Amino acid sequence: MAKFDEVAYYNRDDLLKVDHDSPPQTGWMDTPVDWRPGSYIYPGKAKNLKILDLPNPREWAVTDDDWKLPENWKQIVLEGMAERLKKYRSFKLFMDTCVRCGACADKCHFFIGGGDPKNMPVLRAELLRSVYRKDFTAMGKVLGKLAGARELTVDVIKEWFYYFYQCTECRRCSVFCPFGIDTAEITMFARELMGLLGLYINWAIEPVANCYRFGNHLAIPPHGMVDTLDFMVDDIEEATGIKLEVPYNKKGAEVLFIPPSGDYVAAPGIYTCMGYMLMFHELGLDYTFSTYASEGGNFGLFTSHEMIKRLNSKIYAEAKRLGVKWILGGECGHMWRVLHQYMDTCNGPADFLEVPKSPFTGTVFENARSSKVVHITEFFADLIRHGKLNLDPSRNDHIRVTFHDSCNPARAMGIFEEPRYVIKSVCNNFFEMPENTIREQTFCCGGGAGLGTDENMEMRLRGGLPRGAAVRYVQEKHGVNQLACMCAIDRATLVTVCDYWAPGVQVTGITELVANATIFKGEKKRTQNLRLEPIPGMEDEDEDGDEE
Amino acid sequence: MNATNVLVSLAAVVLLFLVGLLGGMGSGLGVLFGVVIPYLALAVFLVGLVHRVLTWAGAPVPFRITTTCGQEKSLPWIKQAKLDNPSSFPGVAGRMALEVLFFRSLLRNTKSELHEGGKVAYATSLGLWLGAMAFHWSMLVIILRHLRLVSSPTPAFVAFIQQVDGFLEISVPVLYVSTVLFLAALAYLLWRRLAQAQVRYISLFDDYFALFLLLGIGLSGFWLRHVAKTDIVAVKELAVGLATVNLGGAADAAARIAPLFYGHLFLVCALLVYFPLSKLVHMPGVFLSPTRNLANTNRMVRHVNPWDYPVKTHSYEAYEDEWREKMKASGVPVEKE
Repeated sequence: MAKFDEVAYYNRDDLLKVDHDSPPQTGWMDTPVDWRPGSYIYPGKAKNLKILDLPNPREWAVTDDDWKLPENWKQIVLEGMAERLKKYRSFKLFMDTCVRCGACADKCHFFIGGGDPKNMPVLRAELLRSVYRKDFTAMGKVLGKLAGARELTVDVIKEWFYYFYQCTECRRCSVFCPFGIDTAEITMFARELMGLLGLYINWAIEPVANCYRFGNHLAIPPHGMVDTLDFMVDDIEEATGIKLEVPYNKKGAEVLFIPPSGDYVAAPGIYTCMGYMLMFHELGLDYTFSTYASEGGNFGLFTSHEMIKRLNSKIYAEAKRLGVKWILGGECGHMWRVLHQYMDTCNGPADFLEVPKSPFTGTVFENARSSKVVHITEFFADLIRHGKLNLDPSRNDHIRVTFHDSCNPARAMGIFEEPRYVIKSVCNNFFEMPENTIREQTFCCGGGAGLGTDENMEMRLRGGLPRGAAVRYVQEKHGVNQLACMCAIDRATLVTVCDYWAPGVQVTGITELVANATIFKGEKKRTQNLRLEPIPGMEDEDEDGDEE
Repeated sequence: MNATNVLVSLAAVVLLFLVGLLGGMGSGLGVLFGVVIPYLALAVFLVGLVHRVLTWAGAPVPFRITTTCGQEKSLPWIKQAKLDNPSSFPGVAGRMALEVLFFRSLLRNTKSELHEGGKVAYATSLGLWLGAMAFHWSMLVIILRHLRLVSSPTPAFVAFIQQVDGFLEISVPVLYVSTVLFLAALAYLLWRRLAQAQVRYISLFDDYFALFLLLGIGLSGFWLRHVAKTDIVAVKELAVGLATVNLGGAADAAARIAPLFYGHLFLVCALLVYFPLSKLVHMPGVFLSPTRNLANTNRMVRHVNPWDYPVKTHSYEAYEDEWREKMKASGVPVEKE
């Protein structure tokens, strides 16, 4: 018998019994949280809070009546709100300007796949806004509930914990809001406020603690990283005959390469990591990995603004220590929200680096002239445009690929054409998903922002439904068998989503596709791709027994 | 909760109307309802709104959190979406103009439906956009038309707007298109709030009150022009008197106007007072929205956080101290041998 943290526990037809138009009879303020296993995430463990010097470390369970909040919890939250309302225009403005037009309601993947009205972005925000009104607005103070205001109680805090950890901060709703209200922003503040009470989810705060100490979310120590990449070097040699060296913490390298750590350990991310190493070797790029800045992913983004800065500081620090010229970032979604929208402000100025310039094409990346960090698909697109890669896209002819725009690169950067240009250059069979599900309207994988854990499986499957349905659409229409993405969380969670909603579709990174289409200098007669699977049409003729 | 919100907000608007009506009936109250209250309401509106905007403007924007809705500016041969993902002031100005004048984001609206077997269908959904555009634009035209009351002679652009607005040439006096659109749009917006389950569930008192108040103003205005045919000369005398602070003239005129006018005027005063206290502040608010009014130049130009402070980090030295022997054993270079 499967358990609630296993996919097999969930029957598709049962999950699909969703009625969006029959909200509960009771008003939302009077509707209690349904704490069913599979729909919430376990609390942060005391040891992780202690590593980070966060308040109120203790062991507790979501199902406990007493969450062991500090004595003056209410004062802490209200003072925390007052402080943030003064420090962030976004917070103050987004509390004030919503007109509840409902345009955002059916834009959230959790609402589409789950139907819980509190997963409508507007209502998610009202969970916080109602408290704001009560304590910070004249109308709320005078009219109370009539003005949509309510008292801050322990039950409200618990409701926050449930619903603000059912938001993946994907910002899809903010595309549709006529006032640009960004629920990611609201969720970030709600999580910060809960954090003041020591309320975190372990799936986010343990990676944060790891990242703080080890430089990466997965707690890979330096020697572990060397071992891990050595395994990949062996696999690369088996597939291509190329024996490559991996540079670690190399002083004076031209480029510091920062991947997400998800690419070090699990398939299909490891194939993308192998692709990085192979492509840099092929180009002769003077680069280095860092064991200290071994990760650009930053679960601080899902914790607090301060934590973004604490975790991200290592990147510029390491670039400075090693004396590199500029930074190249791998395929990761939320990492790129941090690198693009936060890093220069938090940890800059990066005046010790040079404006990034491709050593192979001479292209100066003007769009990164201040932060000095370039996205790997920008780097590859430029190389391909200048004919610097020896590509044979037919090696990917057995792949019929579609592209999933990851939330953060889409809606916090707008990097749409580069990945498409790269994919189309290395794959002959590319098909777009429906337009309401790609580019700025792209759907989340359902497991971003710290929600990609198995105990949250019901919500992951529900949240993954819109993406999964779009994948299945192109699977049925065009025979799509691979979903490319440039995000490590996607590579972890979309495997589950595709297996469930579009079985038969595999997940791949873009660099994996690039490497598989590249004719490497000095490669052996190729029969296998980076997954060590036979390449159709190039199979080992010895095994087939039809050698001429 | 929802029925209460609807009924209480409707009752509140009816009550406000009656207060104005009774004020207009009471002898000697013309000065209070025609002069004192309008001045007070205008003062509350202006002070309240300025206070709101200054409070927002006074809060810093520590991070540049643009929502990008199109291609970024990157390599020279890739076409940038200059309005949906601006990287310059003209781009931002264009994006904001589209947002403020044509509700660009709302124009993207879709309706999603979950079908049999887990298929999700998306359809363009323009009802809300059309309703919002019709309401806001007709309200602007109506406000501009009302300028003829406070200015003598009528400015040319107001006369022009009146002429265009009255092109249908139906009834005497002429029925304005904006009047019809205003009432129809409000009726639609109220209908969708009541009829659509999702919107009904999220609606608060604030939402219904604003709609009923505006409907009350529109209907009473319609009645004054087309049914009761109020003494427009006296109304203009009052308005000009208020605008030129000729209090004697305003008071004289106020005494000659029929009570129904005061029902209309009192609702307008209520709107002015309510405006800065309610969700209606979205009007100035939209201009300040940091996801829309910032250029996506994050990697090109450094954005400074005015309250940035040092944080506790894990230094490389501490990292190497913890792992030095393992690093050396694995061939990873170290600072201290």
